[in-house]
Amino acid sequence: MNVLIYLVPLALLLGLTGLVAFLWSLKSGQYDDLDGAAVRILPDDDIGS
Amino acid sequence: MMSETVDLSMFVEPGDAGASHMMLAVEGVACAGCIRKIENGLTKLPGVIDARLNFTQRRLAVDWRNDEIDAARIIAAIEGIGYHAHPFAPERVEADERAQAKRLLICLAVAGFAAMNVMLLSVSVWAGNVSDMTQETRDLFHWLSALIALPAAAYAGQPFFQSALRALRARQVNMDVPISIGVTLALGLSVYETAIHATHAYFDSAIMLLFFLLVGRYLDLAMRRKTRVFAGNLASLKAEFAHRLDASGELIQVPVAALHPGDRLLVRPGERIPADGTIIGGTSEIDESLVTGETLYRAVAAGTLIYAGSINVSGALTMRVTAAGAGTLVEEVERLLEKATHARSQTVRLADRTARLYAPLVHATAALTAVGWLVAGASVHDSIVIAVAVLIITCPCAIALAIPAVQVVAAGALFRSGVILNGGDAIERLAEADTIVFDKTGTLTLPAPRVDETTNIDSAVLERAARLALSSRHPLATALARLARERYPYSGAVEEPGQGVRALIDGKEARLGSAKFCGVVEAAGPVAARDTSASFITFAHDGNVVAIAIRQTLRPDAVAVAKALSKRGLHLIVLSGDRPSAVAPVAQELGIEDWRAGFTPTEKIAFIEQLKSQGRRVLMVGDGLNDAPALAAAHVSLSPITAAHLAQARADAVFLGDHLKPVLRAVVVSRRARALMKQNLALAAIYNLLAVPLAIAGLVTPLIAAVAMSGSSLLVTLNALRARLRPEFGPELES
Repeated sequence: MNVLIYLVPLALLLGLTGLVAFLWSLKSGQYDDLDGAAVRILPDDDIGS
Repeated sequence: MMSETVDLSMFVEPGDAGASHMMLAVEGVACAGCIRKIENGLTKLPGVIDARLNFTQRRLAVDWRNDEIDAARIIAAIEGIGYHAHPFAPERVEADERAQAKRLLICLAVAGFAAMNVMLLSVSVWAGNVSDMTQETRDLFHWLSALIALPAAAYAGQPFFQSALRALRARQVNMDVPISIGVTLALGLSVYETAIHATHAYFDSAIMLLFFLLVGRYLDLAMRRKTRVFAGNLASLKAEFAHRLDASGELIQVPVAALHPGDRLLVRPGERIPADGTIIGGTSEIDESLVTGETLYRAVAAGTLIYAGSINVSGALTMRVTAAGAGTLVEEVERLLEKATHARSQTVRLADRTARLYAPLVHATAALTAVGWLVAGASVHDSIVIAVAVLIITCPCAIALAIPAVQVVAAGALFRSGVILNGGDAIERLAEADTIVFDKTGTLTLPAPRVDETTNIDSAVLERAARLALSSRHPLATALARLARERYPYSGAVEEPGQGVRALIDGKEARLGSAKFCGVVEAAGPVAARDTSASFITFAHDGNVVAIAIRQTLRPDAVAVAKALSKRGLHLIVLSGDRPSAVAPVAQELGIEDWRAGFTPTEKIAFIEQLKSQGRRVLMVGDGLNDAPALAAAHVSLSPITAAHLAQARADAVFLGDHLKPVLRAVVVSRRARALMKQNLALAAIYNLLAVPLAIAGLVTPLIAAVAMSGSSLLVTLNALRARLRPEFGPELES
């Protein structure tokens, strides 16, 4: 059962990373324009120039 | 007209170092190409620092340096690219809700993270309890759960704790009170149980409960924000500009919102009067149908009071803006509004009614359970554990989701059919309506007059008349111009204000306007005398003389909608400020027997109050300034998007388009939504009836609590989705 000493903190750490990543994406405005993100990937003029 | 100076300062926010920022609502953005065209087109302009289009909200944020470009040139540039942009000043509510939504989303993320990790530990404990887990490992897992759950609940539970505290301070009970008590007790008990090395802890139940409830809260707010953003865009698209005369006599275009009492304005024929005021120069006729419901034009001259929303028909007017003075129509309307709004706030929402009934019941049951077990000889500890289990299992997860979930789905369904709700509780009140009071002008009829019967007029002549009408801004000409197939005006057409337009067509002079202007009083007079309910515009060209009747016409589906509404058991009444001779034919055509005409705002509100005192629940549909008090007094109210500003602000929902069908949709969708809400409450009650006896008997383990709670929440949410289904109206109303 000693393996729990590593595994439980590791699981929590992974979960926390996910939470922090979400909060970062929220803060950087990635959810402000959901429909826009979907259509903005379509034009590829930035490759040509 | 473009050379005129435009003052946009009220929309521009100053930034750092000579830079400025402005928000614009943009019309006609439909695809990825539009985003690129607008953003690239603007950033290429000298002086523009950044342009970013929010595609979800159809709003454009532009930053620029003041010394190189200005707001008016940016708007002109967008017009040049092919889109209409309207400057936009976001409302304070919108910013508040934005912050609130962000806060809820963070709470939701924290609760979700905690729920997943606590559940990971809980499932291990549940599995371990039936196999070979040692007590030390179980305690470790419980303490770890506590470590995650306690701070997470303290943070993510704040929206509920705060709302519960607010309610308690106001000596009221809302749904958040039992939620807060349940969560706090569950967590407290779990910590105690862990400390005494007990088998069961309820950390997972408490945190999962918060997660589910936050999902409901967030969806509710997201729906409200979406409609608010859309309504804000519509308002800015509708926002009008006024021509202000400065002291030097210079003409400046300013947004109507920037006008102040004392400003001198010029109102050209065909324009809407932008503010209340007194005429100081010029004579004209004005169309006051949006103000009083009266469809006949009123002659005005210097000294006459005129109201915002009227249309100047014939001559140019100079006016001075005045604040609402005593004894004016606006003052009367505002006084009535104050009274009506006060009366409205007394209706209690279904959710609050349930909460008032539910909270005492739950807490009494828990208390009785504890006492019962004590009397039966159980230990104090066991009795309290069982009582808390009762509280956890009855924690109104399903009930708190039952109503918001339906509201969100129904509001979305209404939004798609062109009805924009001001608040979620309007759905309940719409569903309760048993009487519909319609205003006539602009509500049952189209907001602008239309050309009547044209079958007896030669189509080539009519086309020439309609094309000539393109050169005039007179409301009658505007109605006629809608028929023109060739959409560009005749070259050399001259408008003589208040009389008509003339142009050379095929080398011969054509005239469109009053019979006198066309020089055919004898020929056109008898036609006009035969029909007094319509206005006539005369067209003379090459020996042909025709009088074209233009009148207020019913919305295209009004008859069918009226029939469908009566079929659904609603009593329909027409209540108009217009003359009886104008109201009677409309009511007759719609098959509405109950109609009143010539009502003032005071009489309208008195009529609504009288209906209310008879126990009727009135849905008022109206658009005029004179309807505003009645809209506020009625149980629930709807306005078309063309309504006067004051009326729209008082309505519970606004509907778009030329059709009356959204009214029917609103009633049908709301009725179904209310039925679903009641169904959901019944489902939640059944769940409680099944689970509570188990809890009272002391048989509920954390596993059972988790399954029961998530199961019932899922069930009510799925049931709520049924509010999305499209209602059936029969063939004549399907578009």
